[in-house]
Amino acid sequence: MAQKAIREYDAKSILAKHWDKYFPDFTYAYETVMVQNGSELKEAAKTASWLNEKTLVAKPDMLFGKRGMNNLVLFKDAKPGDVSLEKAASWIDEKSTGEQKVYFSFDGDTPTGEPSIDKLTNFIVEPFTPHEQSEEYYVSATCVGDDDVIYMSAEGGIAIEENWDEKVTEIAFPITATEEEIAEKIRANVPKDVADKDKANFAEFCIGFFKAYRELNFAYLEINPFVMQGNKIELLDMVAKLDDTAGFMMVEEWGDVEYPTAFGMEAKSPEVEAIEEADAKTGASLKLTLLKPEARIWTMVAGGGASVVYADTIADMAGIDDLANYGEYSGGPTTGETKFYAETLLDLMTREPDPQGRGKVMIIGGAIANFTDVAKTFTGIIQAFEEYADKMKAVELKIYVRRGGPNYEKGLKDIKEAADRLGLYIEVYGPETHVTDIVRMALEK
Amino acid sequence: MEQLYTRDTQAIFWNNNKTAIQRMLDYDYTIKRETPSVAAIVAPTSGNKFEKFFFGPDEVMIPLFKTTAAAKAAQPQADVLLNFASFRTAYDVTMEALEIGGFSSMMITAEGIPERLARKMNQTAREKNVIIIGPATVGAITPGAFKVANIGGTITNIVNSKLHRAGSCGLVTRSGGLFNELSNIIAINADGIAEGVAIGGDRFVGSVFIDNMLRMEKNPAVKYMILLGEVGGTEEYKVIEAIKSGAITKPVVAWCIGTIAKYYDSGVQFGHAGASANAESETAEYKNRAMAEAGIHVPATFNDLPAKIKEVFESLNLPEIPEPEINIVPTVRRSKEFICTISDDRGEECTYAGFPISSVATPDTGKGIGDVISLLWFKKQYPKWATDFIETVLKTVADHGPAVSGAHNAKVTARAGKSVVESLVTGLLTIGPRFGGAIDGAAKYFKYADDNGLDPKAFLKYMKGEGVPIPGIGHRIKSLKNPDLRVTGLMNFAAENFPSTPLLDYARTVEALTTSKKENLILNVDGTIGILMVDMWRALGYSETEINEFIDSGTLNAFFIVGRSIGFIGHVLDEKRLAMPMYRHPMDDILYDVPVAEKI
Repeated sequence: MAQKAIREYDAKSILAKHWDKYFPDFTYAYETVMVQNGSELKEAAKTASWLNEKTLVAKPDMLFGKRGMNNLVLFKDAKPGDVSLEKAASWIDEKSTGEQKVYFSFDGDTPTGEPSIDKLTNFIVEPFTPHEQSEEYYVSATCVGDDDVIYMSAEGGIAIEENWDEKVTEIAFPITATEEEIAEKIRANVPKDVADKDKANFAEFCIGFFKAYRELNFAYLEINPFVMQGNKIELLDMVAKLDDTAGFMMVEEWGDVEYPTAFGMEAKSPEVEAIEEADAKTGASLKLTLLKPEARIWTMVAGGGASVVYADTIADMAGIDDLANYGEYSGGPTTGETKFYAETLLDLMTREPDPQGRGKVMIIGGAIANFTDVAKTFTGIIQAFEEYADKMKAVELKIYVRRGGPNYEKGLKDIKEAADRLGLYIEVYGPETHVTDIVRMALEK
Repeated sequence: MEQLYTRDTQAIFWNNNKTAIQRMLDYDYTIKRETPSVAAIVAPTSGNKFEKFFFGPDEVMIPLFKTTAAAKAAQPQADVLLNFASFRTAYDVTMEALEIGGFSSMMITAEGIPERLARKMNQTAREKNVIIIGPATVGAITPGAFKVANIGGTITNIVNSKLHRAGSCGLVTRSGGLFNELSNIIAINADGIAEGVAIGGDRFVGSVFIDNMLRMEKNPAVKYMILLGEVGGTEEYKVIEAIKSGAITKPVVAWCIGTIAKYYDSGVQFGHAGASANAESETAEYKNRAMAEAGIHVPATFNDLPAKIKEVFESLNLPEIPEPEINIVPTVRRSKEFICTISDDRGEECTYAGFPISSVATPDTGKGIGDVISLLWFKKQYPKWATDFIETVLKTVADHGPAVSGAHNAKVTARAGKSVVESLVTGLLTIGPRFGGAIDGAAKYFKYADDNGLDPKAFLKYMKGEGVPIPGIGHRIKSLKNPDLRVTGLMNFAAENFPSTPLLDYARTVEALTTSKKENLILNVDGTIGILMVDMWRALGYSETEINEFIDSGTLNAFFIVGRSIGFIGHVLDEKRLAMPMYRHPMDDILYDVPVAEKI
């Protein structure tokens, strides 16, 4: 996936790093720290003196919004704007202990739907910024269809979504728009509710913002709200996604940026992480998602498109409760890479027998390859069979193979011979059999 | 353009991807194309000038270039760019080619080009009316005419999937692997495809389904279309709109894969980068339903797609497509160790660059040794003034008396009782930077000065900086007042016969400056020859790069070697005739100064 969410802290850090380039007429104090617990915050206060000198705001920084609605923004102890370092530290310790329920949708103030439950691990702490409601503004940018769109509003805050159509001014720009065209259009379309004294500054800030969005390869960038006091800017809340395919060009610009797992999402298993690591090192493609590791049908499918049709077909014919994983290997992986991928899957699928006592099924599927050498990749799978044969038999694994492409005859013959030699149940089919027909065959047994 | 590619389409292949290129040529041979579908390869880091490939049982050479610009200049008819650069450079390669112009379509294989760059590249191409296929694709094919790189897989699979000749289906897919699979399904259940495009798996691809389908609508060979879409994006709706508006009237069979995605939240990425539903309308299920409602033939599941294709195909009652004869690519082929591009002795009579020897040998042919040199050295038929000049040069350099190092060596060797060939080569071996090399040097330095616009003063200063006397300037006894008549002869010939002599004109201004310093610093015979050779090649239309290559490869020396061999052989025969004894150098002509070696 090319577009990846980053933390609010990282989004601010990236803008701060390039502040003078994009916002030469404005100042931003960049007083912000990210910590995992109270003692880290106190440690940070030794170098960042403002943490002791100013009153603070603290909130989780874990890729989710509606933090205020979930009562997860600390801005008052007794009254708004009186949070001390001590208070912030103890609040963070309290919130990071145990699991928290977070609701993502609300009807008025009442949460609706099921909450996500997870631990809070990352918090962002900043100075409390006293300001007037009228000094809060909204700006965001993203790509819609073929165009980049900037959204500007005189009213920031969480209510923006509810009044979107009335309050927000949108301008779309083709990718080839020049800086002059962009600047001119933004200046001509400043939302009418922006205070007259701020109009010129607002336009200049948005021009810089949009330029940063474009040049720093953000896929999504939102400041909601920012506070504008003359030339002084405060970024109260930010959401950002980066186009990670641009990472190779943005090493300097982005610095050390992290792509965290969102709150409530299951952490990746070590097996998935190992496959991701292997994927990053090869020109081929190795992908694995665990859907339901205790389920009985496992897929090892070559090709991004084919892997989807196998998943579709299994869901149609067996239902998703039986589908353990989704993934693919493609782009001509080496024998060694294929072996590693196959071993990872075999290890997972042979850990426990099917609870209902049915045998397990392994679908080694694939379309007719364009250039991947089938025999070579199958050699890797055969080597993995050799390691796992006993465990495979223990879970009564039945293997169904369907593949075509360069050297497929040899690949099919080799894998059949190997399975027979190892005493494994196998059926093999070539391009004369419809690509997903082995799913039907497997389910009929 | 109704058809993406024709049987005459040729491509410039960016990156020397030998397997993919060989697959293209095997395809060309199979379908009996006359010309290879790859006209040039761009390999920025390769020092080679060509790469050998098999064309059926034979081998062909495909020229290699360091830049797209050079490849396009040499092969202007090649209007397809196959961009196999990595995701880091694919954008630059495409943008440069768009700037160069003259391309009708470009295919980009890299996956994961930064999104902004992909969008800019796609937009720029659209404005210039260039079809982009990809990024992140295996390409496209017009069966029986042209296939991109690896699409279709092996030749066996291509023939099995009937991709070797045009069928009736227009096929568009996102996935490259499933493209192949669909071709196979279509071959089994219908009569093959007329044109197929895998548009690519990245989020931002150049030409989308509708672009390709609108072209196929106009292509009379396409009788119906098959679209294999994916969860994510809204491209399928453009096709629905085109059907509603009547822009597409041919029957369409379609299916969107990724129906499973509805069971999982957005955290699971199914398929390609472009395959992620951001709204309900982007789900596979929703799109399949919308397409069915618009009158597109949509099967119940992917598994039912073959039956649906068969049903639609049979309802069209198309005439049977005759199976063309194909060439069979030999399974065992051996690469040739040597290549010869100048002469051929396989026919009735040996030829020099295509001309039988008898057509250039006898006086009645009107051809001289200059013509033979132009054929065998340059593979071109030079005009008479140029071949006359070459002959003039050979005659002029044939001998310069017994005292020069080469002639002296030849004479000494002959007197040692050695054969003509042994004596000759000892003479030739002295030819180099000091002996005869002034021809090379003069051409090189004067051309450098002229190319860089150095005035005579600046040139002299430059040469002083280099620490070498100007090659081609200076004579032992001759001066402006006492001119070297060989030089005068060459200059007069050039003045009368060359279309122009820019480098000589420049050299004369240098000579004017050097002779003002010292009388005998005239442009000598070596210098005149080297400089006029450059003028000859310029007048013949060679590029400056090509001329520099002639100079660097020692072609100028070659004229001297051939010409002076005549003189050396004369000296050797002279020695034999005179039966001169073994030569021993007189001792009193040697300065002996031999100290005792120190111990270390």
